[in-house]
Amino acid sequence: MGRCKNTGVAFLLLILVFGFTFPPNPGQAQEQYVPCLIYRTGPFAPGGSGVGGGWEDYMELINMKGGVNGIKYKYEECETAYDTARGVECYERVKPKNPAYIHPMSTGITYALLDRSVRDKIPLVFMGYGRADASDGQVFPWAFTFPTNYWSQNTAKIKFIAQQMGGMDKLKGLKIANLHIDIPYGQETRPLLEKMSKMYGFEVRHFPVPWPGIDQKAQWMDIVRRYNADWVINRNWGVSCTVPLREAARLGFPRDRIVGVWWCGSEEDVLPAGPAAKGYYSANFNGVGQDFPVIQEIIEKVYGAGKGNLSITRVGTVFYNRGVVTGIAMDEAIRTAHKKFGVKPVTGEEMRWALENLNITEERIKEIGAEGLMPPIKTSWKDHEGGGWVRFQQWDGQKWVPVGAWVAPMREFVREEVEKSAAKYAKEKGITPRTSEALK
Amino acid sequence: MIFAIEVAIGGLLVGVMYSLVALGFVLIYKSSGVFNFAQGDMTLLAALALVGFLTIFPLWLAILAALVLMIALAIAIEAIVLRPLVARPPLALFMATIGLGFFLQGIGQGIWGTDPKGLDIGISDIPFKIKGLLISQFDLAGGALAGGLVFALVWFFQKSRTGRALRAVSDDHEAALSVGIPLRRAWAISWAIAGLVALVAGIMWGSRLGVQFSLSLIALKALPILILGGIDSIPGAIIAGLVVGASENLAEVFLGPYVGGGIQTFFPYLLALVVLWFKPYGMFGREIIERV
Repeated sequence: MGRCKNTGVAFLLLILVFGFTFPPNPGQAQEQYVPCLIYRTGPFAPGGSGVGGGWEDYMELINMKGGVNGIKYKYEECETAYDTARGVECYERVKPKNPAYIHPMSTGITYALLDRSVRDKIPLVFMGYGRADASDGQVFPWAFTFPTNYWSQNTAKIKFIAQQMGGMDKLKGLKIANLHIDIPYGQETRPLLEKMSKMYGFEVRHFPVPWPGIDQKAQWMDIVRRYNADWVINRNWGVSCTVPLREAARLGFPRDRIVGVWWCGSEEDVLPAGPAAKGYYSANFNGVGQDFPVIQEIIEKVYGAGKGNLSITRVGTVFYNRGVVTGIAMDEAIRTAHKKFGVKPVTGEEMRWALENLNITEERIKEIGAEGLMPPIKTSWKDHEGGGWVRFQQWDGQKWVPVGAWVAPMREFVREEVEKSAAKYAKEKGITPRTSEALK
Repeated sequence: MIFAIEVAIGGLLVGVMYSLVALGFVLIYKSSGVFNFAQGDMTLLAALALVGFLTIFPLWLAILAALVLMIALAIAIEAIVLRPLVARPPLALFMATIGLGFFLQGIGQGIWGTDPKGLDIGISDIPFKIKGLLISQFDLAGGALAGGLVFALVWFFQKSRTGRALRAVSDDHEAALSVGIPLRRAWAISWAIAGLVALVAGIMWGSRLGVQFSLSLIALKALPILILGGIDSIPGAIIAGLVVGASENLAEVFLGPYVGGGIQTFFPYLLALVVLWFKPYGMFGREIIERV
């Protein structure tokens, strides 16, 4: 017994001595650390696991192909359950590992991390969520909203409604009900819609739905039987996205007069509603389905090797493909940083430069095998939105079918509103907006 | 006027559906004196199990299989969670149900996944018109089912020997044990009945919303009903459900526009506070007189 104990102590000593004496293997591959704030549990797990799974699968694909310029991704999940407090805890937990960027994956967590990311010099990337005015790089140097934001989406929605009605002039006199979950995310587009209603002569009325939005009978009776809306904007999240489809069917309101936010436009939103969802439109900023070379490559290589991060049945769904687009955009940003700073694990500050000089062209998208899966993105130090393209799709009862081409938002109008709102934020927070001089 | 009636009827019908969830809380409290925080999670688990069994069995057999699972769960809860807590303060039992809720969420998610699933039980959701009023067939069916369940439960607790034994257990565990009431069996029975109610609520709400994780959140809708109706009253749950359903709908439609809308969740709590002012044990709750 005594001999065993002595041998054990000697072995431990050897480990300690050699562990401290020998330097790390110089030939050891370098890794790019990427924390994934994800939610695979809780009421919003379909969104969190879908987007997170797609994002991780793309990084896995790059790893299987030798890494990004030879540097492999080391991704690590931190479960937030879509809870802001847990999200902030995750951020603090991963921060010492020097992440190049953070995707909060929740509007609430984004709001909570805005100040911290500035202090810690870690870019905060919120693709298609978070606050729209963060598209202004003058006031939000560490925040990025590409490829589009909620305000761009709303202008595209109004253009889409006009298109369905036969032209912008047909908006005049229309009654649009803005059915939104009554939290900051839901309320964010109210002022913009009001301004557009004055510009185009339509009427807009807001119908807030208290969290979690399980029952919307009162709102729908009001919308259909009293307000007599012509169109309804479905700006909800999770179960509150599905409920409107059932209520509309119950009251005989046509589903092809409802257009949802892109977070209400997944398979998980419509399938529980059954036939009641048929005809429903929603916005999107990524393509759907498996008919993209990059998705096929993931299926073949990643899932073929049993390394997938999600059930294969969900590959090609709206949320999954959105995750792949996330992976592509971030991978391209890291490649941009490598060109400027050399091939090595990218730091937060280097990543910010790359994110402000991101240019994913149509040619590059084709090269990646993502043609039709994502829009081109071109950012600048001022413009952190990078294009704002929006796509629309319709549920045919079985699958989402794209409707028309990518729609450009009302860029000038949105930019004006973004700058106004960002300036107000800067004043409240005592931020001095950046100028081009500051970049020199 | 017709619109107001329609709004009220819609609210009454949805209120009955809330009562289904509230009944689960009442049953456990009435028979064991425990506020079961896991009731929403039991509803979710029952619905998930049903959808899972539907991939193997026809509807009636799937319902039966889900019921068997809920009964087995009740027996397991009694043996593993409750038995070690006999004669402990009610707060300990309450805390245990919080843990149980998380456990059930994890189990449901682990076995059946997090994807929302559709549930079609063959009841049409197309409304019919009576003198200009649109009435949902589905909600009517839900109302009838909940009504039937309430009558059956009232009879059980008032008239049956087992029901009376459960009420005695609720009053005082130790006193009930001393007069020969088998506590373990009583708890298992009450949790099994709550499991049945959870299954019925899961079927009805699952067909409305789809079977998804958010089903566990409908427990939030039951809370003002419990305050209003009294946490130990079965008829109270149904009447308060009707009051909550109708009042929240009417408030949202007719008061909401003046205060910015979105008041339907907060309004029933306001109503509950007013009732508590006059009736601290709820409209139908039993007044407890304790000797000091």
